[in-house]
Amino acid sequence: MKVLSFGHALPAREIANDQLSELVDTSDEWIRSHTGIESRHILSGDETVSSLGVKAARMALDRAGLTVDDIDYILCATTCGEMIFPATACLIQRKLGAKCPAADVNAGCTGFLYCMDMADAMLLRGNVKRVLIVAAEQVTRLSDWNDRATSVLFGDAAGAAVCEAGEGLLSIRLTATGNPDVLYAKMDGGNCPFCEPKIKAVPLKMSGQEIFKYAVTQSCKDIRFVLEHGGVKAGQVDYFVLHQANRRILDTARSRLKQPAGKFPVNITTHGNTGAAGIPALLSEMTEDGRLQTGQTLVLSAFGAGLTSGAALLQV
Amino acid sequence: MSTYETIAKLLAESKDMDPGDIRPDMGFAELELDSLDVAELVMNLEDELGVPVEIDESLRTIADLVAKVDNK
Repeated sequence: MKVLSFGHALPAREIANDQLSELVDTSDEWIRSHTGIESRHILSGDETVSSLGVKAARMALDRAGLTVDDIDYILCATTCGEMIFPATACLIQRKLGAKCPAADVNAGCTGFLYCMDMADAMLLRGNVKRVLIVAAEQVTRLSDWNDRATSVLFGDAAGAAVCEAGEGLLSIRLTATGNPDVLYAKMDGGNCPFCEPKIKAVPLKMSGQEIFKYAVTQSCKDIRFVLEHGGVKAGQVDYFVLHQANRRILDTARSRLKQPAGKFPVNITTHGNTGAAGIPALLSEMTEDGRLQTGQTLVLSAFGAGLTSGAALLQV
Repeated sequence: MSTYETIAKLLAESKDMDPGDIRPDMGFAELELDSLDVAELVMNLEDELGVPVEIDESLRTIADLVAKVDNK
């Protein structure tokens, strides 16, 4: 599989750290020093997560010189879709005017990499020529806005990639370790009269220390695995594009991999943690500013609720 | 090297602290280590000693961490 192009979209409304300090007991200085985040974009007004996905998809299609009729399958990576059902992928399909199959994939913040693996399998089977992957997230709808530890971390965004058969994905590794205790959110039990005791919705809960440990150790393991299996040395990689969860996770993983800071691009500063959308959105922004060039070798690495993790060695 | 000496060495390396300024009874807050600093210290300790160390709410001081490792 090769990736032809990336696209991204952000909500219009940008919320700076100072605005959050009016809602919860925090400060710009604390958020910057503990997370690396300065601001984030949050859906408002008529914006929806599917409309963000559509914008990102159109950008990726335009950059590939393709139209929606060239797409044979739509996969949407989302942790918190627009509705419980139908799938956000189907909402995006309708708005794009596509007629191909469409389905969501929930693998937490690793969703984009899980979709890459699925797209690779579909393209190898040969009955589809191109797959559109859209990672569209509205994690701010899951956040507990009374919790200063987590509410400051997240933002909304969408990223997209157009993939077709070819040589590009040199190696990929995915993992899952079922653990519902350290990172989760729950929906309520509805009004079913037989549901006793009543199940209440629980907003996003996260055990920061456990996630930090998991993220750093698992990312480093996954990255070393894909490098070894792809026959590429770390020094030959142009960029390590990691899930944008927390600046300190990025810095610690980078230090353990003994690679220079310039190889670890970030968008967490202005976007916050945008879940599965972070990596494709960042790659799209790197396309825009010229950092991403044809022929470069990338390592993508993500981790998230599940717990899931994954890494991919990709030539663009 | 004792567990305490290993912890002091790791803190000296990663946080630029003087090992002589670190005492077993010191709390992480007193050492100006936040929760992610403690998680990083535990990870480095796991790497150094080759044993897993669980992080829980009882972990508040250097002595707590030493006890957790030595009582495994």
